[in-house]
Amino acid sequence: MAYYPGCSLNATGIEYNISAKAVAKHLGLELWEIPDWNCCGASAAHSTNHLLGLALPARNLAIAEKEGLDVAVPCAACFSRMKAAEMAVRQSPDMKQTINELIEMTYNATNHTRNLLDVMANAVGIETIAEKVVKPLSGLKVAAYYGCLLVRPPEIAQFDDAENPMSMDRIIEALGGTPVEWSFKVECCGAGHTTALPEAAAPMLHNIFRNAAENGADCFAVACPLCFLNLDMRQSEIKKKYSAGYNLPVFYFTELMGLAFGYAPKDLGLNKHFVNPMPLLDSKEILRHPSARREEA
Amino acid sequence: MERLELSTALSQSRQFVANLKKASQVDIRDCYQCGKCSAGCPLVSAMDYNPHQILRMLQLGQVDKVLHAKSIWVCAHCATCFARCPKEVDLPRLMEALRIEAKKRGIIKEKTVDLFSDLFLDSVQKYGRVHEMGMIAFYNLKSGQLFKDAMLAPTLLANRKISPFPHKIQGQQAVQKIFAKAKAMGGERL
Ligand code: SF4
Ligand code: SF4
Repeated sequence: MAYYPGCSLNATGIEYNISAKAVAKHLGLELWEIPDWNCCGASAAHSTNHLLGLALPARNLAIAEKEGLDVAVPCAACFSRMKAAEMAVRQSPDMKQTINELIEMTYNATNHTRNLLDVMANAVGIETIAEKVVKPLSGLKVAAYYGCLLVRPPEIAQFDDAENPMSMDRIIEALGGTPVEWSFKVECCGAGHTTALPEAAAPMLHNIFRNAAENGADCFAVACPLCFLNLDMRQSEIKKKYSAGYNLPVFYFTELMGLAFGYAPKDLGLNKHFVNPMPLLDSKEILRHPSARREEA
Repeated sequence: MERLELSTALSQSRQFVANLKKASQVDIRDCYQCGKCSAGCPLVSAMDYNPHQILRMLQLGQVDKVLHAKSIWVCAHCATCFARCPKEVDLPRLMEALRIEAKKRGIIKEKTVDLFSDLFLDSVQKYGRVHEMGMIAFYNLKSGQLFKDAMLAPTLLANRKISPFPHKIQGQQAVQKIFAKAKAMGGERL
């Protein structure tokens, strides 16, 4: 399967990249990184120029198509842009021609773009994931946070419910953890607005933290580098601003998979978080599980 | 309350609405003002007009007012409204088309949002990928928020989350070509 990490996974989202690759390998899923991939343009491109917003992702998809490969995309925002390009080409021959002209390559949209969460939950499958667990995440209460673009709009995402998605919850369960029921699974985290319009984004983040804490979560699982950054890096700011008392480590769902598969925290990038996840993992005795010794030795 | 010259406004806005439909695939007549979009919009409190009000204003021909609205800059394109709309009105796409049009006319109601996406695209155009560190530095400089996020930068650097150097790709020129061509074509939908 082709793999499109996207810009964030080489920078602020590096733990996602590290853990995704480790876990995929462990599951026998071969990820072929698209050579010389370019940025998908994110929301900046499509809110500036429609064609640019379609052509930038199409170039990457065209490279993967040449190899006859479907594309796994870990970032929710990249996924949404790539999928939009795929649909545009699939639905309109005129658009296909325009895009092909723009990228000076042939892209017929014969391959499929899939979110990494979809790949893990549905292509690899929950049972296979459960079979690999050596260090169950017992007692860990996790709020699965999907954010807005992972499952929406439904005609683009096409793999889970738009209001109450369950893929990540099912994975958490398979890992031995406890997914909590809460109301802000798909609420927007503010995306780039945390930088551009912080006054507007602050209450959005605060609501997400509060609702997760109120429903008994002791951490988050996410599947998007931007969600991660907003939840992890901004938490102390928000806590100060609203004098709130929660302390909720944030995990990429692939990090949780890695932990349950027996990988050492630092091999998954867990030492790079703003909200230190170690005390929580320690208190749940997840790190002190007997099979943890293998990596710690 | 301000008075509306409905018939003149409507005839004057007819062309605009037709172009808007072409650019966004949204037929503003589809909306029957149930308000579900605004009820679920996470950014509604930062908007000057709620999403369903933007639609109503368009239906009434108040084009200028809409293009001057903050809302079209504040929308984060999260698609909550679209997923819930009983009439499948693609509001994020409409907001996006309105923002592009406003910018073309030089109306930029949220300068920071505009700056942020411009810098992002500059980086992509230059290197083929986004250089987060360079972008954040430039953004803080240009938006006059020099010390904003300054506390976060050392940790990001120490964790090797951001690099002081941009990552360039070999296909830089291919990407630059895409930019030039898309610009030349005006980015209009077919
Ligand atoms: S949800 Fe749809 S129909 Fe209802 S007001 Fe919003 S755009 Fe109009
Ligand atoms: S897409 Fe825009 S208008 Fe719709 S819910 Fe999200 S922020 Fe609000």
